[in-house]
Amino acid sequence: MISETALDRLHELVTAPDLSGTRYELVSLLGRGGMATVYLARDTTLDRDVALKVLDWTVDESSALRLAQEARILARLEHPGIVPVHDFGRLADGRLFYAMKRVRGERLDRWAASGPDRHERLAAFLRVCDAVAFAHAHGVIHRDLKPDNIMVGEFGEVLVLDWGVARVHGQSERHDTIVGTPAYMSPEQMRADAVVDERADVFALGAVLAGLADERKALRAIAAKATAADPSARYDGVSALGADVSRFMAGLAVDALPETASDRVVRFVRRYRLAIALVVTYLLVRLLLLSVFRI
Amino acid sequence: MKKLAFATVLGGILGIFDGLTAWFTPEVRDQIIGIVIGSTIKGVVTGVLIGLFAQRVHSLALGTLFGLAVGAFFAYLILLGNPGHALNIMLPGSLVGLIVGYAAQKHRPVAAERRAP
Repeated sequence: MISETALDRLHELVTAPDLSGTRYELVSLLGRGGMATVYLARDTTLDRDVALKVLDWTVDESSALRLAQEARILARLEHPGIVPVHDFGRLADGRLFYAMKRVRGERLDRWAASGPDRHERLAAFLRVCDAVAFAHAHGVIHRDLKPDNIMVGEFGEVLVLDWGVARVHGQSERHDTIVGTPAYMSPEQMRADAVVDERADVFALGAVLAGLADERKALRAIAAKATAADPSARYDGVSALGADVSRFMAGLAVDALPETASDRVVRFVRRYRLAIALVVTYLLVRLLLLSVFRI
Repeated sequence: MKKLAFATVLGGILGIFDGLTAWFTPEVRDQIIGIVIGSTIKGVVTGVLIGLFAQRVHSLALGTLFGLAVGAFFAYLILLGNPGHALNIMLPGSLVGLIVGYAAQKHRPVAAERRAP
């Protein structure tokens, strides 16, 4: 009998990309996706590590087109929050590949579980919003935003990955294909006949935010508005969602939560708690001086 | 709220309370309105100077010391016109400056509204 490990090793050897004739040397396997495998490779010309996404043998022509499109989308989206593509081509074994920056860091959800405070978590979320808003401004909808596709780097940089199912505005697509990850998919994405626009990414980001948010009412309201079932009830765009999160971080009223008088008082006290504490301290010291020293 | 506005408002509020405490001194109680107005103006001017300093110098120690100095200076000016109440004037005035100087350094202004890229 051949062990599972031996079988896996055999599979790796058979499916390993043939990098002869390229500037890359295979280092190790990083991960497998639905249509492609990502390897760690060494770029021998520039002497740096890169991630190589190589199309699997078994996929059809549409997957090849999708990988090529993903590389083109990444090439046109030059933004600090979007993983840059370095190279695209065909290997000696006939498979398509592209080389991208090797991202070191942690998935957003694992990073969030490692203990950053609320401000740090929301600051990272805003950087994701910036990257996605930039893509929308260039006519690209991600359609598969989730913590697995967001990496937080060693120096706090945030990168949005896996643009494999992204759609370019105006591009035709078969309407019987459903793409995305159920927990982060908007209702309209689950219906094959529906038109999906930027608000599908707003929904996904709302679901991501819900995973990062604590019990603060305003933050929960922002996530709820972003994940409304009706697209017209959500934020108009990712920038509007980011702006509301920024207002929350600044201690201002948020669009997602109509305030009562008591909410307003609580928010005012939270925002100016230092000044209020100092005024109270002043009054206590003053009363002490008056009552004890008659000053 | 920016540092300048924050320090000015805080200085004004503490100035009002500073003036109101004159009610506990029976010999000046009948002049309380004038004292509150003067004390408020003093607090506002103190706040403006401390706010301007805090916009340029980002140091908790220096900001607090500057606040104390400005508060004491204005209190001394008041003392020159009202001799005989040194502690009643100098101590609260200096305390207001100290608190506003500390608060202005600690205050973080609200970030600018985010715009679409």
